[in-house]
Parts: sequence; C-alpha cells; structure tokens
Amino acid sequence: MLRIECPYCGLRDQTEFRFGGEASVRRPARPEQAGDAEWADYLFYRDNVKGTHRERWVHSYGCRRWFTVLRDTVTHEIHSVVGMTPGQDSDRGDAAG
Amino acid sequence: MTPDPRNPWRLVAGGRIDRAAPLNFRFNGNAYVGYAGDTLASALLANGVRVVARSFKYHRPRGIFTAGEEEPCALVEVGEGASRVPNSRATLVLLQEGLVAASQNGWPSVGFDLGRIVDFTHPLWPAGFYNKTFKWPSWGHWEGLVRHAAGLGRTPPGPDPDHYEQVNAHCDLLICGGGAAGLLAALTAGRSGLRVILAEQGHACGGALGREDILLDGRPGRQWVLETTAHLRDMPGVLLLEQTVVTGVYDHNVTTLLQTGRNRAWRECLWTVRPRHILLATGAIEQGLVFPNNDRPGIMLAGAVRQYLENQAVCPGRHIVVATDNDSAYQTLFALARRNLPVSTVVDVRDSVSEELRERTAASGAELLTGARIADTRGFNRLRSVQLGGPDGADLGRRRCDLLAVSGGWSPRVHLLAHARGSLRFDAASRSFVPDRLPPGWSVAGAAAGTQGLQATLDQAAAAARRVCQSLGRPAADAALPCITRDVDTTCAGRLEPLTKGLLAPGTRSRGRQWIDLAHDVTLRDAELAVREGFVSVEHFKRYTTTGMSVDQGKTGNLNAFIALGALTGQDPAAIGTTTFRPPYVPVTLGAIAGRRTGEFHAMRRLLPADAVHRKLQGRFEDYGWQRPDCYPRPGETAQEAVRREVRAVRSRVGVFDNSPIGKLEVRGPDAARFLDRVYVNDVPGLAVGRARYGLMLNENGVIIDDGVFVRLAEDHFLLNTTSGGVGRIGAMLEEWLQCEWPDLRVLVDDQTTQWANFTLAGPCAREVLDALGTDIDLTPAALPHMAAARASVAGLRSRVVRVSFSGEASFEINVPARSAGGFLESILQAGAPHGITPYGVESLMVLRAEKGYLHVGTDTDGSSTPDDVGWGAVARRKRGDFIGKRSLLRAANTDPERKQFVGLEPLEPRRAMRPGAHLLLGAGRAPPALTDGWVTSACFSPTLERHIALGVLRGGRDRLGELVTVCDEDDRCEARVVSPVFYDPDNARLKG
Repeated sequence: MLRIECPYCGLRDQTEFRFGGEASVRRPARPEQAGDAEWADYLFYRDNVKGTHRERWVHSYGCRRWFTVLRDTVTHEIHSVVGMTPGQDSDRGDAAG
Repeated sequence: MTPDPRNPWRLVAGGRIDRAAPLNFRFNGNAYVGYAGDTLASALLANGVRVVARSFKYHRPRGIFTAGEEEPCALVEVGEGASRVPNSRATLVLLQEGLVAASQNGWPSVGFDLGRIVDFTHPLWPAGFYNKTFKWPSWGHWEGLVRHAAGLGRTPPGPDPDHYEQVNAHCDLLICGGGAAGLLAALTAGRSGLRVILAEQGHACGGALGREDILLDGRPGRQWVLETTAHLRDMPGVLLLEQTVVTGVYDHNVTTLLQTGRNRAWRECLWTVRPRHILLATGAIEQGLVFPNNDRPGIMLAGAVRQYLENQAVCPGRHIVVATDNDSAYQTLFALARRNLPVSTVVDVRDSVSEELRERTAASGAELLTGARIADTRGFNRLRSVQLGGPDGADLGRRRCDLLAVSGGWSPRVHLLAHARGSLRFDAASRSFVPDRLPPGWSVAGAAAGTQGLQATLDQAAAAARRVCQSLGRPAADAALPCITRDVDTTCAGRLEPLTKGLLAPGTRSRGRQWIDLAHDVTLRDAELAVREGFVSVEHFKRYTTTGMSVDQGKTGNLNAFIALGALTGQDPAAIGTTTFRPPYVPVTLGAIAGRRTGEFHAMRRLLPADAVHRKLQGRFEDYGWQRPDCYPRPGETAQEAVRREVRAVRSRVGVFDNSPIGKLEVRGPDAARFLDRVYVNDVPGLAVGRARYGLMLNENGVIIDDGVFVRLAEDHFLLNTTSGGVGRIGAMLEEWLQCEWPDLRVLVDDQTTQWANFTLAGPCAREVLDALGTDIDLTPAALPHMAAARASVAGLRSRVVRVSFSGEASFEINVPARSAGGFLESILQAGAPHGITPYGVESLMVLRAEKGYLHVGTDTDGSSTPDDVGWGAVARRKRGDFIGKRSLLRAANTDPERKQFVGLEPLEPRRAMRPGAHLLLGAGRAPPALTDGWVTSACFSPTLERHIALGVLRGGRDRLGELVTVCDEDDRCEARVVSPVFYDPDNARLKG
C-alpha cells in the first residue's frame, strides 16, 4: 500500500485515494475535428513508463481534490506531489467546444 | 535420567514450566497431561507421542521436527466444532487446560493410515504426476479424487465464533524480532525518545539470550532479558508486542503484524503499522540435513532438541545421535551432557572439526565421526536406528537411535526484507543467503544479517538504533550494552562441498528417498526429475516440484533445495538464487483479515429515511444498495400478486413510491449551464428556469453511463437526478472534469442525495392527493405541466415538486427534507386513503416502466450502448456543441445500422414468459447454434396488458418492427414479435394528464 502526501491534507494511506491514470493526456481542443487516430490516441494509448511516471490521483475519502504525482513505477518512490491549481499545471487541455 | 511422574519423557527437574500447574489436554481422543509453559508439541513429546501427523502426499508417519513457526510436519487441527482451526503448527500452540487437538491427514487413524498405499507405490507418483497422469479425459474428471487424497485439514463446520480485532499504528521504528539485537535496539531507541514498536513472534522475548549457558554482566542472559523487557514495558513511546509476528511488508514499508490473543476476548489481532524505519532482527532458522529416509519421527533439528530440553525439560529420546555440518549442533550435545543424557555418536559431514569441539565431545563420552554422513535410517512409526556411511561410501555400521538431532546450518530470516524488495547474496562462508542491498528506511542486525557472535550482534543493533536516531534528527542515548561474561559458539560455518557430496554421493540414491521438503513430500529424486525435464530455473523448479509451497513455505528446506538444484545443474548457489518470498510470512487466518467486518458489519446497510414506516407497511425488503421494499404483499398474497395489485392501483387510482435514494446532485455557478451542456447529450442552456429535462450521460467512449432528469432551479442552479446506484460515481466524474479538464469553469457540485427524501405520487388521482396534503402552488396541467418544477410548501414542509414520471402516469415527485420523511409518508397515506392510495415497491416500478418502455440504464444498456442504440440518436446529432463522448459517436462502428437497438418484444403466446438474458435469433423457427442477433434485457408480466412483455436489444431492431424472432433460453424456445418498446400510452395522453 502506498503512502501518499495529499497536497491539501498531508500523508495518508493509498486506500483514501483513487488513481486517475497518466497525467499528461491531452484532450483534443476540438474533438469533432480530431481524426480517428488522434482520438484513439487520446482515449486508449498510454506511455506505460518504466521509471518516473506523471500521474493523477484524487483524495476521494478526504478533500476530494485532484493532484499530480511523480512516482517511480519500479520502486513506487514518490518524487513529488503537485496540486492542480488552474494555470499551474501546463498539461491541462483548453476548455472544449 | 529420572522421569517426571506424569510425563515419561520429561526430566524430573529443570525447564521453564510450572510443575504446580498441570494442564489436561486431549490429542486424537487420548487424555494427556502437560504443564503451564508447554506448547502442544513439547507436551506431546513429553508424553511419548511420536507420530503427530501424516505427510501430505505419501501419508508417511511424521513427528515434530522443530520448535517454532518453521514446523513442516506437525500440522494439527486445534479446537472443536466451529472453533476448529486446521493446519495449526503444534510447535506454536500454547498448552491450555482442556485443549483438544487432532491429527488431520490420516485415515482411518494417524497410526494406521490407508493412504500410505501411495508411499508403498511411490515410484508411480513423481513430481508433476498430476500434470502427466490426470489429463484423460480431463483434469475435472479427477479433481475431486485428488483433492480428497491431497487435502490438508478440514474447513470448520460453521461460522467462526471467535472475535478478531484490527489496529492501525504509526511509529518511528518497527523492530521485527525481540532477540538480543531487537531488545538492545528497542532500549537504545526508546531511551532516545523514539516511538518504537517491537514485535516478537514467540511467547517471550529473548531469543538466543534465553539459552542457559549465556552470561551477561555475570548473570544468566535470561535475567537481563526479563529486566530489559520490564523496563521497555514501562518506557513511554515503546510498545512491546509478544506473540506477534510481522507477516508482511508492503509498499512504502506499510507492515502487517499478526498478534495472537492471550486472553479470550479476541483470538487474533491484525495490526497495520506504518513505520518510518524498520529494523530486521528476526534471527535465523536452522535447516535440515538431506539423507536417505530423513523424515522419520524422531529426527529433529538440533536447536529444537536443545530448546525442548532447556525450556520444557523434555528429552524425546534415550538413544541419541547428532548429525551436523556445522558447529552449532554441538551445543545440543553439551546441553544433553550437562544433564547426563548421553549422545552415542556425533556424525559431522566435515572432514575435521576444531580441537576444542573434539575434546569436549570426547569428554561427553560421545563418539565423533568426521567426514561421515547418515546413510539410511530405520523404523516404522518411530526411528529405531541409523546407518552410518563414511567417505566414498564406506560402511561405518549401524547405531541404535530413537532421537537424531540434525543441523544443516542456519539460514537468516530474510523473508520480510525480500517483501520490501531488498536483495540477497549467497554467503559461501555461512552457506546461506544474507541481506545485500537494503531498501530505504531499513536496517538489519544479528543473525538475520548473517552476523555471528553475541558481541557483534549487540554492537550492530546499537549502531542501527543510533543511525535511525540520526536520520530523524534526534540525539541517540547511550546503548547501555551489557557486558558479555560468557557466549556460546554458534558458528555455523559449514562447508558446501561435503554437503553436496553427501546429497549426491553414489550409493545414497538407491537406498531411499531423501526429502528436501518434508511438508510437501518433495524428494531429491523429484529434484533430479525436474532438472532432467528442463525445469532448471529456480522459479520453475519450485513450481514443478512444489518444494517450499506448503504451509511452512519451505522454511527448513528451501536452502537445501536451492543447493541441490545448484549441485544437480553444476552451478554455484549464488547463480541459482532464491525463489521470491511473498507475504504473508506465516499463514494468516481469514478471520484476522476480515476483523470485525463480518455479519451485519460486512457491508454498510443504508436505510431509507422513512424505513420505520415501510416496516409498518410490511414491505418486502431487498438490498438495492439501500434497503428498499420491492413490494408490499398483503397477508396471504405472493410477491407476484402484490406487484400486479400495486401496478393496477397506480394505473387506475394512485400509488406512492419512496424514491429517496435517487441521486440528487446540485450544480451551481455562473458556468453551470455551460458545464452541464458538455456533460449531457441533451441541450442544457435552452432549458427554461422551472423546467426539467431527461438527460443521458456518456463516457468519452460514447457509452451511456447514466441517465436521469435535470431541473433548472435558477439561471445558475441545477438539480441533477442520477440513478440511485450511480450518484457517487457521477459526482466524482463531474469533479474530475471540473478539476482536471476545465478548471476555468466556475461551478460547484454538491451531492445532496441524503439531504432530501423523495416521494412519487403517481396515477390518475395523484393530483387530488397532493391537493389534499395541502400545497401553496397551482397543480393544474397548465400551471404545472409535465416536466415542470416548483418550490412549494407541501403539508407544511419546504419542498421541491417536480412533475416527472417513470411509470407513465401523471406523477409528482415531492422532495422534502430527509428528517421529515417518516411523518410526510404517513401524511400522504392519510391524505390518499379516500382515493385508495397504494404504496408500491421497486419491483412494481420496474413493471410500470417496462410497460412504458422507459430505459433502465445498466439493465437495458451495457458497456457498448450508445444514445442511437436506445433511440436518442437524433437528439445527439442535433446538438451543436461538444459533449463528453460526442466524438466517439462518429466512429464508423457507432454509426453501423446493424448495431443492436432497443426494441420491445411480444411473445406470440401472450402467457409465455421470457427471461432476461435469453438470446434472440432473427426469424421464426430458428435454432442454435447460430450467431446471436440480440438478447432480452428486461421481461415481466404486464398486468395492464394482461400478457408477458419484454425489452431487449436486436441487430438493426428499429427497422424490424413487426418481424418475428426466436427467443432462445437454453433448450427452451419461443417466438416473439418485434414491437416498439412503448407498450402503454404511446401518445402520452395519461402522462401529460
């Protein structure tokens, strides 16, 4: 079981959180103009990194806020945890439609 | 030797037992007596019981081999009835008055076991025989027989009556093991102000310090142990847990501990500890020796013989031989000699031993044979003699022997380190795998580190505690090392070469089987077969032979198995490596894992706010995530009859339904409409304030995940109804989109589900009942039409009234504060009494909605259903803006006209029932095998239409209205006509009335 430092609540057990997958997935800005390949890439294709992985977690049984974690997928070492303040996370896609 | 008057195999004096406290117990139906301080194993040995179990595969008689958790043979059932615990290790069971235990793998008895036919025919059953033999006609054909023969223990006959607890804890330092290293580290860390948890798996701390010949500060080591543990118990911040074994280490050093209860309030307690540092001070496990017929009762580990002698004054033999490949076994010889218990022969695999050992052995009167080995053993239900062999197969004669103390060296208990993904290396000097790279936050000290000698162990423990203090930024207190007055030589530097020579020496193989795993009956012959058949990777080797895969996980045999594999493949053990040690270190009962989450605490029961009223109404309750009535049968009425009566009442007069669990998400903010327009397939900004609309939600794959009505309460304020099971999921999904994808939108989502109770009045008289309840709003269809909403006072309660229907009748959903639910429902029943109001349950609602052809998401839809599949394609296509899943609807597969579409089905015989899940084949008179064209998703008898109806999905179904399909339900087939899913009131006249 991982121990995760919620940026808002502090160090808690993994069971309080939910994993949200790779953090760097960008939703196409104009989905209807996206080709099938681009859309499939957004929906299904993930990097499956061996090493440092940028991923999203939500503190479901706490503050219910999402944040980004840099975790080593081999050792589970957590390098950093960053809150998801608007503008702070460069990987957020623009608003759709 | 003078025996104890009660126990023929116990010395009259000595031991750490309370001879004033005799304890009666029963084993296999016979009455015995032991003493407080005995384990079941020591008490059985003291009473002369030698055959305790039958082996797993060959049903060979087996005795007690060890004195600890590593026991591979003495597995017994303890307790009776529902409290019976199978596969208990007799070496760990503390003797108690009235204890009942039994052997578990012998039939008709453990002394005479017919299963031993397997032993006499053993060449027929080599490793992998399951895989090779039971292939025809299929494994399933043989499974029952094999499982009966190979089973180990019986499942208790009833629910476990015992109580189990669970505890969560945090600490700076978790010390695994309360031996010399663990105690000293706890003392140092505790004095330095650290929060320390020390877990000792035994009944008392001390480990090797408990040995009678160790002196600390001029006094017995045991005295220092007692003082130190007393001191630790009083020390603030230090928690000393005995009878507590660390069972697993998981990611980020989260650790589980299993504590066994001394009291009867609970039997076991599972701790989850989150330490900042872990000190591994778990000591080492003595390994067995491999020689022909090395499994007979009376063959024991040398260390175990010494422990039974020192702790319980039990000597389970009168003709004793010691066989060893290292120095430590000589301590057993000396302990016996101190009690004038003669050892006839010491057989040492090594070519030479130290002069001191040679002299002391001679002084004890024992004969010492070096470069020798045990060539064979004899005896049936107990050991009678051993055959000795010299170098190059020379015959050294036979010795009478009923107790053979063996030692194959000591293997550090590194399992927990392996759980935490630390690495091991093979240390040739001690012939064992020792810790190499430690994970972050770990230290290791003492025998667990491969360290030999007490001084080195204590120094190492003190240093580890200091390092932990340092890393936490605390000054370390003085270690207060005791002065070692006398240590004993426990050097276990065996030599690999003589051992492997012994293992594979010519002539040894023909004489008898040599066990490398006593628990799973794996012999050297099996190892040879595995290697011959190519299973030379240690992980393959383990799985093919099943060595180390029993209850004991090979704690006394793995090392020999790895060395044997190395010898057989001509490799160094370092190249072989070890198998993967996984949690738990010892078996953990399911009771401890479940803790208190059993019976009514197993799953949360959610009660309706008006639960008491529904109970009064004699509702038939079902678990729908909430405890809800599925109907309200009257006395003498079946559930089916009740459903039909309730449906007819709604269609003809009025019914009331408790819809409180329906999801109620409030969404507000300046961007609420913009946000929801991206969430729903349906148009949101165009919805007028005070109006409601049915909406579908998709995921990004374009699949329907939820549906429900949403109401615009104000320009910037919406109420979203979701399915009652979906509200948590949908609320979380909205948050995810808002926080991760659209943080620029100013919207708040608030789950109000449990704040509001919700009652539906449905039927032609619904309006009159609502009127009679007393309300301040105009209820006429002109003022409050279908899909309109209003804030109102109803029966004096602040409420929200929404005209929305899931039954097809004109109906009013009235939301009132949850705390008023019970009284409000009673008011409704009172006000509705003149109209014959009928409470109806979930099952009746399902019939009503099926008659009307209303979709039930999750029942009529699955993980592939799109809006077009269920008839909402036009709405989705018309919407101009983007919404979640829209792009996926454009994929070719989602626009295929042959997709499975939502339809109604009428059986040609009206009284013919169909079942959900039945397959549909296009055309009449079809029969499988055929590719399915669809299936029934909902089916019921319609009391309104007086016939069976069904909903389903059918390939290209919307274009097939009027056609016939064959409904295939296993061997049962009928024909049905494809119709519109709306069976009732297709022009909505009643709905809008």
